[in-house]
Amino acid sequence: MSTRETRLPELWDLVWQNTVSTLWIVALVMLIGGLLGLLLGVGLYVSRPGGLYQNKVVSAVLNVLVNFFRPIPFVILIAAVQPAARAVVGTGIGNRALVFAMVVGSMFAIARIVEQNLVTVQPGVIEAARSMGASRLRILRTVALPEALGPLVLGYTFAFVAVIDMQAIASVIGGDGIGGFALQYGYRQFDTVVTWTAVVIIVVIVQLVQFGGNRLARHFLRR
Amino acid sequence: MALVELRDVRKEYPPAKRGGEPVHAIRGVDLDVEAGDIYAVVGYSGAGKSTLVRLVNALEPATSGSVTVDGVELTGLKERQLQRVRLGIGMIFQQFNLLHSRTVWGNLAYPLEVAGVGRAEQQQRISELLHFVGLADKAHQYPEQLSGGQKQRVGIARALATSPKLLLADEATSALDPDTTQEVLDLLARVNRELGITVVVITHEMDVVRSIANKVAVMEDGLVVERGLVKDVFAEPQHAVTKRFVGTVVDTVPAGEVLDDLRQRHRRLVTLEFREGSPGQSQVFAELLDRDVRFELVHGGIERVQGATFGNLTLALTGEPARVQEAVAAVSRLVRTEELA
Ligand SMILES: Nc1ncnc2c1ncn2[C@@H]1O[C@H](COP(=O)(O)OP(=O)(O)O)[C@@H](O)[C@H]1O
Ligand SMILES: [Mg+2]
Repeated sequence: MSTRETRLPELWDLVWQNTVSTLWIVALVMLIGGLLGLLLGVGLYVSRPGGLYQNKVVSAVLNVLVNFFRPIPFVILIAAVQPAARAVVGTGIGNRALVFAMVVGSMFAIARIVEQNLVTVQPGVIEAARSMGASRLRILRTVALPEALGPLVLGYTFAFVAVIDMQAIASVIGGDGIGGFALQYGYRQFDTVVTWTAVVIIVVIVQLVQFGGNRLARHFLRR
Repeated sequence: MALVELRDVRKEYPPAKRGGEPVHAIRGVDLDVEAGDIYAVVGYSGAGKSTLVRLVNALEPATSGSVTVDGVELTGLKERQLQRVRLGIGMIFQQFNLLHSRTVWGNLAYPLEVAGVGRAEQQQRISELLHFVGLADKAHQYPEQLSGGQKQRVGIARALATSPKLLLADEATSALDPDTTQEVLDLLARVNRELGITVVVITHEMDVVRSIANKVAVMEDGLVVERGLVKDVFAEPQHAVTKRFVGTVVDTVPAGEVLDDLRQRHRRLVTLEFREGSPGQSQVFAELLDRDVRFELVHGGIERVQGATFGNLTLALTGEPARVQEAVAAVSRLVRTEELA
């Protein structure tokens, strides 16, 4: 099909609606998955051998959990967590179930990102804080997390981009979002202009997020 | 009672591999650090020095024995109580370990926050500290904007924030160049002199010991093998490790190739040990001159350590053999004399 026959002009409303859907779903997933991932990542970090609350059992359990879920391809994960979605959000289909799957998919990846960035905080700095009489919880809150803030922001930016990718897949499976729109009105209708409009929108979102993340990280790194 | 007392302290680390041997980092150490001391602990890498300070600072529990700091027995204390003990002990590190996410000011505020000091008082204290270490103009810089010496001065200020009685320095100058090292050592000496804070310095550099410490303990393989006043240990090192350490800064008796070379060139060689309070050089040399024995200084020198003067001088003697013999005998009645050839 040639560009002259594109239906894009009549689809602008849908483009807009689906872009907004993508944005709020990604934001919601980042909020919930980001928070759960942070907790899980901190858990991994503190329970490590030599960690603030080192604990072999907890460390092993968390690692098995993360290693189990993280490699599952997202398309399969959506199906795999469907029963769990029914139990937790009350439905196995639609946006709610997909958000659930995305939260599961992102939190384990984010957990590793958080752990890896916390590990880069020099043990000497932690020891210095201990030598000043700081409690372990205080050290976590006032030393480990602030010292790793720059790389953490970069890690979350990376995760954000991955969640946008996940959201595109989710919207294809059966939810709102720019990915499903591109499939239905671009790919299936052989309307390249519509497909590339979706591409451009996603690229712009990713660029903006990456730009903001870099700026923020640089602010915290100051190096 | 000494400010720090260690009694038969042992520290074992669990084996690195399952079923391996545990690491005996400290194998029975007794140590008294009196209030007002600048106490140096020297030893080669792996001797157990860092472990020792970590025990004193309650960062790790001793496996057995007793550690008391300012009258408080550390063994058996709960984490909360240990935190209070640590608050009263300052510590500085080789790698400075400043918080990169905070300015100099923020770094100095940290221990005050931990101690629960109010805002206004924090401000007052921080500005005092900055002036004390001469960094008032750097308050709002970040650590990475500072030189190594400046970072360590921030480290010292931070360690002093809560007015501790004891300051522990673990290789605090080992990452610094010689000039900066001296600057930091001078500051530590001032901390001791002007603030009356007891200082324990861990080091492998004898220059550090010589320039600020009054007492020294030498560690090897988890044990203190020698200890005493710095001037005594420098003048009369007993243990082999101590001799090697002292030898790095004080010319002792010539040995090895140096000695072989001297023996080739001179027929008669003696080393005279001059010590604080022993007969002086002029008195000794008079015995030689009286017997027409000529002499040449071929090795050694005179040192001043902590107000004590001492040195080992190796002389090559020439003259009529019988009279030389007589002179050596006379000299050896005045100072300790070792005949090398
Ligand atoms: N956390 C630890 N776990 C196991 N072994 C340790 C630990 N810390 C120190 N050691 C061991 O204890 C010994 C003494 O170490 P250390 O006190 O650091 O010596 P130094 O400071 O004199 O170089 C070394 O053999 C070291 O490998
Ligand atoms: Mg050490």
